[in-house]
Amino acid sequence: MTQILFHNINKKNLHTLEVYEQEGGYQGLKKAFAREPDEIVEMVKASGLRGRGGAGFPTGLKWSFLAKDVFPRYLCCNADESEPGTCKDRELLLKNPHLLIEGMILCSYACKIETGYIYLRGEFYDLCEIMEGAIEEAYAKGYLGKNILGSGFNLDIHTHLGAGAYICGEESALLNSLEGGRGEPRMKPPFPAVQGLYEKPTVINNVETLCVVPYIVNNGAEKHAAIGTEKSKGTKLVSVSGHVKKPGNYEVVMGTTVREIIYDLAGGIRDDNELKAYIPGGSSVPMVPADQVDTPYDYESLQAIGTMLGSGALIVIDHTVNVVETSLRLASFYMHESCGKCTPCREGTRWMWQLLNQIQTGQGEAAHVDKLVDICDNMSFKCFCPLGDAAVAPVISSIQKFRADYDELIEKLTANPAV
Amino acid sequence: MFAFSKEAEKKIEKILKKYPEGRKRSALLPLLTLVQRQERHVNPDAMREIGRRLDLSPAYVQSVCSFYTMYSNKPVGKYLILFCINISCQLNGCDELLAHTAKKLNIEIGGTTEDMKFTLHREECLAACSGGPMMRINDTFYENLTAEKIDQILGSLD
Repeated sequence: MTQILFHNINKKNLHTLEVYEQEGGYQGLKKAFAREPDEIVEMVKASGLRGRGGAGFPTGLKWSFLAKDVFPRYLCCNADESEPGTCKDRELLLKNPHLLIEGMILCSYACKIETGYIYLRGEFYDLCEIMEGAIEEAYAKGYLGKNILGSGFNLDIHTHLGAGAYICGEESALLNSLEGGRGEPRMKPPFPAVQGLYEKPTVINNVETLCVVPYIVNNGAEKHAAIGTEKSKGTKLVSVSGHVKKPGNYEVVMGTTVREIIYDLAGGIRDDNELKAYIPGGSSVPMVPADQVDTPYDYESLQAIGTMLGSGALIVIDHTVNVVETSLRLASFYMHESCGKCTPCREGTRWMWQLLNQIQTGQGEAAHVDKLVDICDNMSFKCFCPLGDAAVAPVISSIQKFRADYDELIEKLTANPAV
Repeated sequence: MFAFSKEAEKKIEKILKKYPEGRKRSALLPLLTLVQRQERHVNPDAMREIGRRLDLSPAYVQSVCSFYTMYSNKPVGKYLILFCINISCQLNGCDELLAHTAKKLNIEIGGTTEDMKFTLHREECLAACSGGPMMRINDTFYENLTAEKIDQILGSLD
């Protein structure tokens, strides 16, 4: 199976510059510096690489949107990995920090950026130290700093730790947080490519996205574009969690079926139970019932069945679970993480949690489920940032696909409140 | 009165160099983090000191500080246990293990032991989902937890 990111991930001491170089690391720099920056942007466009953080926006296109001739520009690497179910960036940062640095150098050269920040979630303090160690090594070797490898190109990279706020994974909230503010999202437009960090043109990319760039520069756009499906190019790191025998991060070629990921890679369902449902892209995307397990894991195929690839977090749920439990847990999460800026999200997430909690604790009635549907409808596309829609997805999909779970639980608990 | 430790002062020097001229407000979260790690909470004195250094009003510092869950307004224990309760860990039985941990420490969830050794918090996803159930104690992640493993971990901390 083709692997771009994980072929050597468990190599001993890969996090050190020495081993990373032995593995062919930093070879992309000379190749890139021999070309014009715009050529690298075109190359990434032609490779078909799309954002791996959640939205799946074409990476090269994003880079090409930077406001013309406005400097300085900034690169922010989004290492705020917080989407429930997602743990792939953590593995990259922990085991292969130089790959991210190389990806950031290539992106910065292509976009004429001289300062990059890695925004890590506050709980990644240990990874921040690993990252800083790697950055220091890269400076000492002349891969960062002034006139890198005699190219005339300068780049500084700094780490920046958040402090516990899911919303800071949203790019404009991340910028506010990096500027020393509350992590509330900004009005768009202007988009970060025009006015981002410190009101300057800014590229914001996920860790995994940037880590793919060295492969593209080293092997050519065509090689990357040859992997995957017609519109979903390359590979994807999938964090498999929940009721599988072998949970873990797996790198799969786009278009691999969900069945192959769950049963071949992750060893199947624990205790050989039956699969009930899966959530393909982190908690913010709609859940999918088991009969759609043969769906190819790529942006288009998942969209076609009404869900999303998201951040690549495949959460597997077996038949022992009543989905009200998981919906309640996620509703509690979104209520906790809503920044409170806009009413539908602030009030809606609380209201959803209240109704679900009533159902779960035996005070529910059928009308509560209809009310939940109504609230979801009143939140969808009515919030400032995607968090409101994210909060709706698990709840509405669980009702649409598993209404019987709600009805049965309500009936059971009202018939016998002591249970 | 609050004062940064010598080590923290060295770090502050480095932190301030990360951001462009005129943008030292960016150092606000890093400085709050230094205070939290030094004092195990952030009090109004410390907020005033940070405001003084970064030319920010104490009210502004507080408005930012209160937005983020990793800053606490009263001291947490020597060991801060963040126990993930989000979906992947839920599916793997974190609720029972969290209750076990609270019972073992003889505190409520959210509470601190009388000797200020342990604070136990229910936490949202910590990005170790394929290793759930999991908890983070200070800067260390502990994954694939069982009741026995938790007892052993807690017993190993002095």
